[in-house]
Amino acid sequence: MKTNWWKALAVIILTYTIFWGLIGPTPRQPILNESIRNVYFHVPLWFGMITLMLTSLVFAVRYLRKGDLGDDMVSVEFANTAILFGILGCATGSIWANYTWGEPWPNDPKLNGVAVSMLLYIAYLVLRGAFDDEQRRARISAVYNILAFAVFIPLIFILPRQTDSLHPGNGGNPAFGKYDMNSQMRMVFYPAIIGFTLLGVWITQLRVRLRRLQLVMEE
Amino acid sequence: MRESLVQIGALVGKEFRLEWRQRYALNGMLLYIVGAVFVCYLSFNARRGQLAPIVWNTLFWLIQLFTAVNAIAKTFVQERAGRQLYYYTLASPQQIIVAKIIYNTGLMLVLALLGFSVYAFVLGSPVEDVPLYIGSLLLGAIGFAASLTLVAGIAAKAENSATLMAILSFPVMLPLLLLLLKVAKNAMDGLDRSASSDELMTILAIDAIVLALSYLLFPFLWKS
Repeated sequence: MKTNWWKALAVIILTYTIFWGLIGPTPRQPILNESIRNVYFHVPLWFGMITLMLTSLVFAVRYLRKGDLGDDMVSVEFANTAILFGILGCATGSIWANYTWGEPWPNDPKLNGVAVSMLLYIAYLVLRGAFDDEQRRARISAVYNILAFAVFIPLIFILPRQTDSLHPGNGGNPAFGKYDMNSQMRMVFYPAIIGFTLLGVWITQLRVRLRRLQLVMEE
Repeated sequence: MRESLVQIGALVGKEFRLEWRQRYALNGMLLYIVGAVFVCYLSFNARRGQLAPIVWNTLFWLIQLFTAVNAIAKTFVQERAGRQLYYYTLASPQQIIVAKIIYNTGLMLVLALLGFSVYAFVLGSPVEDVPLYIGSLLLGAIGFAASLTLVAGIAAKAENSATLMAILSFPVMLPLLLLLLKVAKNAMDGLDRSASSDELMTILAIDAIVLALSYLLFPFLWKS
């Protein structure tokens, strides 16, 4: 229990998020109405994805510095979970956009940026498939991982702010928290970010353990 | 420092001489961009005069993108592994990547200017602010060269490098391409220069990031 307390925390927070997120009070906003509850699921998924990508990058850098194949494995599993979170984030956003912006995939710079960054990370997985030698694969894909993150940042944080975007906080729009969210919503929103990030780390940990066991079995 | 610059100069000179000796590759690329422009010209010929400025601009940058990917993909495959090992004993990897980027920037600039003049010649040019448009070509050449040289280094390590080069480089180029399109569009419409200054700063920043990353990461690629 000493080392696993954060898993219990993740379960508690996510249970709280789902229940209180669905039945808790929310402010009445025009157009948004009840769909504002999606902010508890859609936005934390993106925060989680960015954290997972950053962790993947940290392990890629660690691999390049130390050359331990274990770091490479952790790095790729974090990238895998980040892609999963990205797809879930797209799906939740798509449902939300369908009801508030009128179509499931409006031509929005942030959406397109995310689609391109998914391409980047899938290209990373394809690149890994192109090598047989483990050390070589690890080193070259670590280099690409770092490059991918460096491109991801302008795609998500800089370009959407320079053009017109439907997203809050972009293209001159005020950020969500400023007007639409009240303190009751923040009581769910902030824990939800921590909860989803912990869930991502947990999934990654299980995958890494599975991979390690498979390696032992092969030997 | 001074010695290092001399060595980089020698490496850049080596790249130019190598290109000049194997002239078929250079001629091939020049013909590639002229051919691509001509294909676009003839394809749109049926509806001449209907080429809206935005289509004109986008089409030109797409030709640039594909030419850049094709031209820079051969950076590392053109020399045999044995000879690369020889360079490894002579120079540091940082010097090699800097030399390759300088050379590729020059190459891209030649291709871009040639492409632009042929394109403007056959399709007509609606560009009002030509110096700014050429400036965007220059910034594009630096950015394309820096990001694609590193990606070419990555792709060259794998066997199926042509496909890999495309899938690895398209998403990497995209932020740069979008900003360049915007600046080029502003230049085409003859907007005031201050309208493009934000984009120009961002392009410069992205160029700087990509250059710094290439410089830092290439030694790791070189080792394998």
